Amino acid sequence: MDIRIIFAATMLAGGIAGASPYLPADGKQIVEHLPSRNDPAQREFQRLRKLLAAQPGDINSATELAQKYIDAARNDGDPRYLGYAQAVLAPWWAQARPPLAVLVLRATLLQSSHQFPAALADLGLVLKQDRDNAQAWLTRATVLQVQGQYAQAKNSCMHLYPLAPELVTTTCLSSIANLNGDAAQSYTQLVQAYKKNPAADTGIRIWVLTLLAEMAGRRGDARTAELWYRQAMQLASPDSYLLASYADFLLDQKRATEVLPLLKDKTRVDALLLRYALALRAQRAPDASAQSEALGRRFDAAMMRGDTVHQREQARYELQLKGNAAAALRLAQLNWEVQKESADARIYLEAAVAAGDAKAAAPVLAWIRQNGLQDAALAPLIARLDASGAA
Amino acid sequence: MFNKLFTALCPLYLLLALSAGPAHAHKPSDSYLSLNIGQQAVHGQWDIALRDLDFAIGLDQDGNGELSWDEVRSKHADIAAYALSRLSLQADGQQCTIQAGRQLLDEHTDGAYTVLMFEAACPSMETLSVQYSLLFDVDPQHKGLLKLVNRQGIVSTAIFSPDTARQQFKLVDTGKLQQFLDYVKHGVWHIWIGFDHILFLLSLLLPAVLVTRNRKWEAGTSFRASAIDVLKIVTAFTLAHSITLTLAALQYISLPSRWVESAIAASVIVAALNNLYPLFRGRRWIVAFAFGLIHGFGFASVLSDLGLPQAALILALLGFNLGVEIGQLSIVAIFLPLSYALRGTWAYRRLVFSAGSTAIVMIAAVWLVERAFNLRLITA
Repeated sequence: MDIRIIFAATMLAGGIAGASPYLPADGKQIVEHLPSRNDPAQREFQRLRKLLAAQPGDINSATELAQKYIDAARNDGDPRYLGYAQAVLAPWWAQARPPLAVLVLRATLLQSSHQFPAALADLGLVLKQDRDNAQAWLTRATVLQVQGQYAQAKNSCMHLYPLAPELVTTTCLSSIANLNGDAAQSYTQLVQAYKKNPAADTGIRIWVLTLLAEMAGRRGDARTAELWYRQAMQLASPDSYLLASYADFLLDQKRATEVLPLLKDKTRVDALLLRYALALRAQRAPDASAQSEALGRRFDAAMMRGDTVHQREQARYELQLKGNAAAALRLAQLNWEVQKESADARIYLEAAVAAGDAKAAAPVLAWIRQNGLQDAALAPLIARLDASGAA
Repeated sequence: MFNKLFTALCPLYLLLALSAGPAHAHKPSDSYLSLNIGQQAVHGQWDIALRDLDFAIGLDQDGNGELSWDEVRSKHADIAAYALSRLSLQADGQQCTIQAGRQLLDEHTDGAYTVLMFEAACPSMETLSVQYSLLFDVDPQHKGLLKLVNRQGIVSTAIFSPDTARQQFKLVDTGKLQQFLDYVKHGVWHIWIGFDHILFLLSLLLPAVLVTRNRKWEAGTSFRASAIDVLKIVTAFTLAHSITLTLAALQYISLPSRWVESAIAASVIVAALNNLYPLFRGRRWIVAFAFGLIHGFGFASVLSDLGLPQAALILALLGFNLGVEIGQLSIVAIFLPLSYALRGTWAYRRLVFSAGSTAIVMIAAVWLVERAFNLRLITA
């Protein structure tokens, strides 16, 4: 018997075992909560699905529905919607040169499963045919920013000047400049642009406010960050990105008590369960280990299906909940190969410090210096690693 | 014009924020398919998320978002028909007929799943080809996670995705002899990589080629006497660990593994210490027997980690035990002539015997602390 088979089998057996199959005693028992059909978003899906069923292959309804599904994935943090979006685009999905609208959406779906080079290739195809495709420039800037390719990302933002509202272009540029050696000025610029455009769409305002809060947080200005977060939270029901970002802020501020009510009903989202479990742990709540174990089972399930998109979160789980610095460092290193945002640098350095492996941190420290990344949360880590001679 | 563009762009602008965050935070859609190969049939269990079934065929009849057991139960026939039409099993090129069984519920990490039991009648089974297409039409990111247990109880796994929707598995009976030999190999391997067992045995064997005279160790004069001493120790150790290995493998006795592992470390200390401060003298076989009982539990936990096939439990147990003895005898076969030849040298008595025993005591002491307090000091 092959040891690898045994290993895989125990992992899979764990997944299959679940609890153990049972028959509910009462027919009225609620066994699952689903999206309600009366929910406006669900009704919109239904309308578009009907439209598409009547006219299969209609690219307008198809791209509209796919776009709606992608929005839902973002709001609810539920990747099933990404699969639904891909299914809607099935007639064009495998084509080498699908219509432009499909290409942009395909790039979006590829980037959300961290297939960044493939996403960039699709966006390149779009822009070759349509230099004025603002969506493609913006998505390209996003992907490049996540990869830490700041010069190219800025270049993409610049193309937005004649194509998009000023606030969007400024946000695109400032969010990159803020990570790229220009933390103070980019922040001021974005504050001004935001104040100049009070009538902007709610979605855009939430996006800008979240970025402003994060920028203020990175500058170590917790009071201002708090104000931005509060404004963003009040505008609409917060999406899972904003919730995660605010929860991280609260955890850093040692305000774990406030995290619990915020995320109590959101724990189906792995990333939010992580923050919830961290808050419970900070509170020494009796429920902490049960939630942490639940999160561990989710990572096991993701690994079973071969997913690697959770590595940043998984590294935090290993380090901050399980105290396994070596495993955390390994995951943070794998994650760093793919993504290079401030949070990616932070978990990497935290894991390296915890593992006492200053040498492992050297490439990240060099990268931070080279790009001028400024983040108050990174400073003490860098100081500790420098002191142990990692530079 | 400007406004129209603005609205059209809205959703994508948010991607900037999204990308930095928990892009996929829920678990994506998976099903768990388990196939147990029997003599003429495949026993199947298929766990499918209610969430996915609702999306595909609609379970929530009143659409209120609260799915009751009655709503699920009333759709059992539809669920079975839907799911089984998306699974095809072929044994040696011939279609197996699948018969749906009952359905239960189970909780996985991301919610409730229906547990669909089924039986597939397959005429003959050397290879099994599985064609899986559940949900691929509505969610191409769905995956089917297969666990296949063959007739020997050996488990293999596979992942089905739209690109790997058809996969083949060899079910050929590897034969009882092959299986037996596999366990013999595991037994040999375990004793060779199990340093604690080797060190315990060696500590007891080291003095076999020496005799004490005036409270000092000197070279023994008779190979026969040394060999008998070794034989007594090895036999006692074998007998003892075979007893407990059998009892534990058949689940008559079980001990907490932390306790067992700590006791094994302690046994190594005692055995090596005895060489520095003789306590048992000619009665080392008693030590071998007493602690051999503990080592047997250690072997048993390895055997259970290997995944004991229930169908061939005795066979596996015998094979593993035989492997352990072969591994152990081969160590003795090298040790005895070598140590006998070197017994008169200063190097054997000082370096191998005294310093060696001291080193063993120290290593085993670290193991003991590690195992008793669940620490990691050195890698053993």
